[in-house]
Amino acid sequence: MSLHTRSVAELAAGLAAKEYSAVELTEYFLARIGAANPALNAFVTVTPERALADARRADATLAAGKAGPLTGIPLAHKDIFCTDGIRTACGSRMLDNFIAPYDATVVERLAAAGTVMLGKTNMDEFAMGSSNETSFYGPVKNPWDLRKVPGGSSGGSAATVAARLAPVATGTDTGGSIRQPAALAGVSGIKPTYGRVSRHGMIAFASSLDQAGILAPSAADCARLLGAMAGFDPRDSTSVDRPVPDYVAGLGASLKGVRIGIVKEFFEHGLDAANGAVIHAAIDELAKLGATLVDISCPNLPLSVPTYYVVAPAECSSNLSRFDGVRFGHRCKDPKDLLDLYLRSRGEGFGPEVKRRVMTGTYVLSAGYYDAYYLRAQKVRTLITNEFRAAFAQVDLLAGPTSPTPAFDLGAKMDDPITMYLNDIYTIGANLAGLPAMSVPCGFVGGLPVGLQLLGPHFGESQVLAAGHAYQGVTDFHRRMPASYA
Amino acid sequence: MASTAARDGWEVVIGLEIHAQLATKSKIFSASATAYGAAPNSQASLVDLGYPGVLPVLNGEVVRMAVKFGLATGATIAPRSVFARKNYFYPDLPKGYQISQYERPIVEDGSLEILLDDGSRKTIGITRAHLEEDAGKSLHEGLANASGIDLNRAGTPLLEIVSEPDLRSAKEAVAYMKKVHTLVRYLEICDGNMQEGSFRCDANVSVRKLGAAKLGTRCEIKNVNSFRYVEKAINYEIERQIDVLDGGGVIKQETRLYDSAKDETRPMRSKEEANDYRYFPDPDLLPVDIEPAFIAAVQGSLPELPDDKAARFVRAYGLVAYDALVLTASRELADFYEAVVRALGGETAAAKLAANWVMGDFSAFLNRDGLEIATARVSAGHLAGLLVRILDATISGKIAKDVFEAMWAEGAEADVVIAAKGLRQITDVSAIEAAIEAVMAANPAQLADYRAGKDKLFGFFVGQAMKATQGKANPAQLNELLKKKLAP
Amino acid sequence: MSLTRTDVEGIARLARLEITETELPVYVESLSKILSFIEQLNSADTASVEPMAHPLQGEVQRLRPDVVTETDQRQKYQSNAPQVVAGLYLVPRVIE
Repeated sequence: MSLHTRSVAELAAGLAAKEYSAVELTEYFLARIGAANPALNAFVTVTPERALADARRADATLAAGKAGPLTGIPLAHKDIFCTDGIRTACGSRMLDNFIAPYDATVVERLAAAGTVMLGKTNMDEFAMGSSNETSFYGPVKNPWDLRKVPGGSSGGSAATVAARLAPVATGTDTGGSIRQPAALAGVSGIKPTYGRVSRHGMIAFASSLDQAGILAPSAADCARLLGAMAGFDPRDSTSVDRPVPDYVAGLGASLKGVRIGIVKEFFEHGLDAANGAVIHAAIDELAKLGATLVDISCPNLPLSVPTYYVVAPAECSSNLSRFDGVRFGHRCKDPKDLLDLYLRSRGEGFGPEVKRRVMTGTYVLSAGYYDAYYLRAQKVRTLITNEFRAAFAQVDLLAGPTSPTPAFDLGAKMDDPITMYLNDIYTIGANLAGLPAMSVPCGFVGGLPVGLQLLGPHFGESQVLAAGHAYQGVTDFHRRMPASYA
Repeated sequence: MASTAARDGWEVVIGLEIHAQLATKSKIFSASATAYGAAPNSQASLVDLGYPGVLPVLNGEVVRMAVKFGLATGATIAPRSVFARKNYFYPDLPKGYQISQYERPIVEDGSLEILLDDGSRKTIGITRAHLEEDAGKSLHEGLANASGIDLNRAGTPLLEIVSEPDLRSAKEAVAYMKKVHTLVRYLEICDGNMQEGSFRCDANVSVRKLGAAKLGTRCEIKNVNSFRYVEKAINYEIERQIDVLDGGGVIKQETRLYDSAKDETRPMRSKEEANDYRYFPDPDLLPVDIEPAFIAAVQGSLPELPDDKAARFVRAYGLVAYDALVLTASRELADFYEAVVRALGGETAAAKLAANWVMGDFSAFLNRDGLEIATARVSAGHLAGLLVRILDATISGKIAKDVFEAMWAEGAEADVVIAAKGLRQITDVSAIEAAIEAVMAANPAQLADYRAGKDKLFGFFVGQAMKATQGKANPAQLNELLKKKLAP
Repeated sequence: MSLTRTDVEGIARLARLEITETELPVYVESLSKILSFIEQLNSADTASVEPMAHPLQGEVQRLRPDVVTETDQRQKYQSNAPQVVAGLYLVPRVIE
């Protein structure tokens, strides 16, 4: 039985038909993890006992006839989500010994929906990275080519789904951290509107940009999971109190007459030519499905990367101050005084990229530089957001590349932060403006997957998912799997 | 060395930052209790501990309380205010930043009036009042080379009330601080308990040559939690600064701590490093918008404010301004006073007598026994019952003090005490005359001397006659009858 | 924008990060590069543009009712603490 090729809906149908139990399904995926993880390093923690307990509960629910659409569906959580009683390390030595005493809202809601937690996936340290190479637990390998990066920071989740070690996985996206690894690993991944999914229990990187989402083979699977994750949470002041539409029901919407904006700036600034050709072909496909293409320009969009590299480090420098070796997390040995406790606990606990961003953020907020850097970046953020708003006054969706290039070699960009940062040039805009955006597999360059990015207006998840689903109705890139894991 | 007035030729400039702990049940950003004195860290939730992943959610009550304060001080209520992060590392600050308000506080531009010694009034500007969270506590006792951190207080809501540098002496500073203390308790937004740190202040003190336009360099004295210490700390600091400047030195801008045992201020070591707080808007919280309807509702809920009450006391009861100020220092005292006056029928003479008694013996006994008005055994009705007996000449003022003491101890009504102890004043002329005659008969020599012109002996006869009546003779009557009888 | 070693040492100290002698020049170089990169922002015309702290424009802070719902979980929460004595988090002596 090759259960790993099935969609979430098919897996649920199999459970309902008693083709297999939730325990059997869980054991199936645990076995795949056991076999593949040593090479991929996609999981940092596998939780078989918890998974089997969840699965037994799901079987009981199924037997009682009370199963929902996600009952018994196995999944993996990015290790940025707090999981009660289970280590939540966030890719960092700082939290290597940290047992979260509570569940994140995302974890709680998906558990309440009956899903089975297989384990926690590897990630860039504190979600800071675009290649999953900054993890304290070592890099994740791209299942399509083990010499390549899977993208980041949700690289473990992307690799997990790409190699079908779990049917779906959660992720978070601050500057592209769901979409870029989804693209590089050949899976679908959606970052919802800022405020759509609760941030409670998600270890903060940059609070005004972070948003939880989902990685799965298809847009339809994403829709199924997102509906269970989304919605108002009184524990997060930035969570929006607004009803969650039925994303699955919305998948049937046709692309006929849908206006799709093609943003000129998305096709400049280092877009690899072969990648560009694949994207253009995908956009042609959208047109064939009935969409009207409209040329759009967002002249300030290229400034999204420098804007992001002021805003995100500023927020992270403050968010990461709580890691001080006092109440939890790494503490240096024998601190000689309080200052020593801080300097060494943090110096030892954080890796180089985290330190670099904390220092950048500290600098741009410091006296005398705040106006020149932070305030200016916030103003440019307004300009970029206004351009998106103007665009969505003309069109229903925007389409373009997710990443300038396919997956690159491990180690290739580690020495040059700017080159690494530019990987996120097409994805950051959605975070700055808080827009929903998705990457769907749309082809290959040199055997490596390429992702098409679709952006919607605020709370336009349904339209984005429906467009991705329509596209996947006429293509099969989302069904393709790396040969070794097929 | 501290004198209350600055030395000749110097002007003192003081501004106060008062931290009033808001009297909410739960913390400003979490649903933990704010009760004082709980076991260490038993009231510290994940939010209070700064755990990874948890987020602040604003307690609506703190907003209402801040608006109350703003309206009571004639301030502007910001239609939109913003929370900001103040970043610094300290073990009692769990997140490594304090959530406060920086560029856009909730309250701006208010004022309060203080009463000066010469009876004149002075307006003190309130620059702003903003909401913020308190930090935890570091404890050192019994820990060798270590400190223990208790985060129960972390996240307790504070209203930081920042005055203009309008205060010119330690006395003015104390008068202003008391005024704020009275107000926050009237508004029921702070319990004012200074021992528990619910009301404390930082004082910014500088001196300059009289007539100088430019302000001197200021020092900030941190965390003083009694009126007496504020006065002493400021006076010490004034003298210190003048001594430094007179000696040709310069004042270094620094944060200092008041040591009450030594009665001196000294630099705080933890503040030696100049801090760069890197304020920025807290992305975990959205702007706080306050609608006019909300402000109107709060306005409608305001009690009579201390100044209005004091003015009414002067008008209605004929009190002097100072007495009105003392009687309105707390709502409980003012209410008690008014209850006494009401029971007496509200006439001016009675109101003045009531004021003397409430400010005098009644307050002194409360103080002596450390009691609250609510727990004292003498109620307003009881006290009025006593005053009635003074007014109708049943007892003298002197006897009344003894009656009051008995009432305080036993919780009895005045008439019960008077009857039980037989303290009723003697006003029967024949009874007084009989006592006088007996005294005259017993002291013939003194009587002869008096009649020979030794007028000073009159007092002797008053004393003897009083003694003969166990002090109960009506003093005026006694005097009058004595004069008549002793006359040759 | 080019940072000096002293600049980076100052930033690291403000951020409470120990940086080794060998790391220092690496950060001097990369932080300088990042700051120069960020300076592209100067090309934007931001006159009369409002700063944006948040993507949720138009949304305002929700207010929580003043109710205590948290209970004492000290034991659980302190299980992650490096050093605890009598319910207190222990740190090297704090000097005021």
